[in-house]
Amino acid sequence: MSTFSRLYITLSLLLVTMMAGHMVMAQTPSRIVTVGGSVTEIVYALDQQDRLIARDTTSSYPDQVTELPDIGYARALSPEGVLSVAPDLIIAIEGAGPPETIDVLKSAQVGYVSVPEIYSADGIVTKIRIVGAALDQGPAAEALAQQVADDLSAAQAAAVQAVGGHPKKVLFILSTQGGRIMAGGRNSAADGIIRMAGGINAITAFDGYKPMADEAVTVAAPDVILMMDRGGDHGAATKELLMMPALIPTPAAQNGKVVRMNGLHLLGFGPRTASAITELSQALYGETH
Amino acid sequence: MSLAVGAPSAHAPPMDRRVQARRLTVALSLLLAVTSVFSLAWGASGTSLWGAMADLIAGRELSRLDRIVLFDIRLPRLCLGILVGASLAVSGAVMQGLFRNPLADPGLIGVSAGAGLAAITAIVLGAMLPPAIRELTGNYLVPISAFFGGWGSTLVLYRVATRHGQTSVATMLLAGIALGALAGALSGILVYMADDSQLRDLTFWGMGSLAGATWAKVMAATPIILAALAVTPFLARGLNGLALGEAAAGHIGISVQLIKNTSILAVAAATGAAVAVSGGIGFIGIVVPHLLRLATGPDHHSLLPNAALLGATLLLAADMIARVIIAPAELPIGIVTAVLGAPVFLWILLKRRGALGL
Repeated sequence: MSTFSRLYITLSLLLVTMMAGHMVMAQTPSRIVTVGGSVTEIVYALDQQDRLIARDTTSSYPDQVTELPDIGYARALSPEGVLSVAPDLIIAIEGAGPPETIDVLKSAQVGYVSVPEIYSADGIVTKIRIVGAALDQGPAAEALAQQVADDLSAAQAAAVQAVGGHPKKVLFILSTQGGRIMAGGRNSAADGIIRMAGGINAITAFDGYKPMADEAVTVAAPDVILMMDRGGDHGAATKELLMMPALIPTPAAQNGKVVRMNGLHLLGFGPRTASAITELSQALYGETH
Repeated sequence: MSLAVGAPSAHAPPMDRRVQARRLTVALSLLLAVTSVFSLAWGASGTSLWGAMADLIAGRELSRLDRIVLFDIRLPRLCLGILVGASLAVSGAVMQGLFRNPLADPGLIGVSAGAGLAAITAIVLGAMLPPAIRELTGNYLVPISAFFGGWGSTLVLYRVATRHGQTSVATMLLAGIALGALAGALSGILVYMADDSQLRDLTFWGMGSLAGATWAKVMAATPIILAALAVTPFLARGLNGLALGEAAAGHIGISVQLIKNTSILAVAAATGAAVAVSGGIGFIGIVVPHLLRLATGPDHHSLLPNAALLGATLLLAADMIARVIIAPAELPIGIVTAVLGAPVFLWILLKRRGALGL
């Protein structure tokens, strides 16, 4: 073989290697925007937060993520606002939009991965696998998914144990604005977490979150009231809550059983849900006086 | 009631006012041109209009990102802003002239209530439509519904208020209130049925935005709005005459019923299209005509074109604020126009109170 052809082959090989390297670079997104609190948590759980450059308003955990620019509410994203942070990949929870914005982003050749929102253990595992695939972290995501699935079934098993054959009826109250109780019905995140923690949702008459008639709340007769923790003086707020005419006759008010948990932790359906189940289960069935 | 649009010669010699108004038209055209350029140049991303123009002049290819930001985001948004702003302001001016009421806005002929109800219906119940229809309308189910909803309710109101070929403006006003209440109640039922994410969509729709501007929306709204605006110059003389009252206007040879029909049609078309593509944007229709009446008087010959120019300019300015103030997120433009518009409106009120000795 002549020196020339050897040089030629070496050079071609070098060129191919460089191009391949370049292609891999182009395929691995390094400027990622996440939309949806649980999606962002999964990115952190996979230790890929260095690739995050912006997040939506609902992504507030862990604390460091709030230092990133906020591109607005998940369903009202602005096309130029999102493009201004120069993302190469957007990982968004199902329902992010509006569709016009998503179309523009796709036409700008920004990668877009939609993550389904399902309020169950399987739903969380699916989220982790999809986010992991989008991040090119298949094996790590598989390990995380396995661990989260194990944690979830352990937490659920422990929760079932704690129930001891006497499940409690739980009323999730989203808000009490203007004296109206907005409660969580079927097919809501609240319904999912209550069932996983071994409780019974006191409300089965409707889907999602709706304001309830006072008498219907009384008839539902919850043993426990579950609410989101918004900070502030809980003692006074709880007292006021239990003075509401609709709640006074309920076992929950009689026994003063009000459980408050961080909203994203409780309803996020992400990697921390196992700990939310344990926390809720302990609050429902733990040592009481 | 007729004070706000009082007799054209109340304050200054008419010639003087006419010259003033013409100068204002020139000034407003320039202002709109400058605002348009800034609207193209200003946005959350780093894309620079000047850089892109230099590239184009030098014959260089624009980057894909610059091309999308300029031609698929900012330019349709600019066009939509001009169309919607002009529609809302001119519609407001026409309505105030027709109803001889300084507080009149397109809401009075039911177009906003109908459009709102139809939009809410589309948001909440859209998923129940047969797949074939959803396929056909795609992302545009809400704007299409809003447009036809606005039209439908205006037609109902017009039929209610018209007897023996005569439309009673007073009946229309009262029936409009009743229809508005009914639409509000039906919307309430749908709001109750809506799930969380639909509720957020409803809230954002009600606050209005130009963020969803696409060429498809511009193409759909342009012919309707331009046709409606093109009719309005022919209404100017009639609306001036109506300031004297319907009977007097009839006596000086104005065909009052024709003016009413044309005004209602034009406003329903322009507002219906504007609301459909941008949601609920308040205050432009009230503030702009009043500012202009203060500046150059109530003559509709100059008021209507100037309202189109100033309305477009103000909406573009409000949109620029909406899209950069909390970038990379974005404020709904209805918030900006209300925050800017409400104090201006109060100021007009205070000024008028002095002038009227109330």
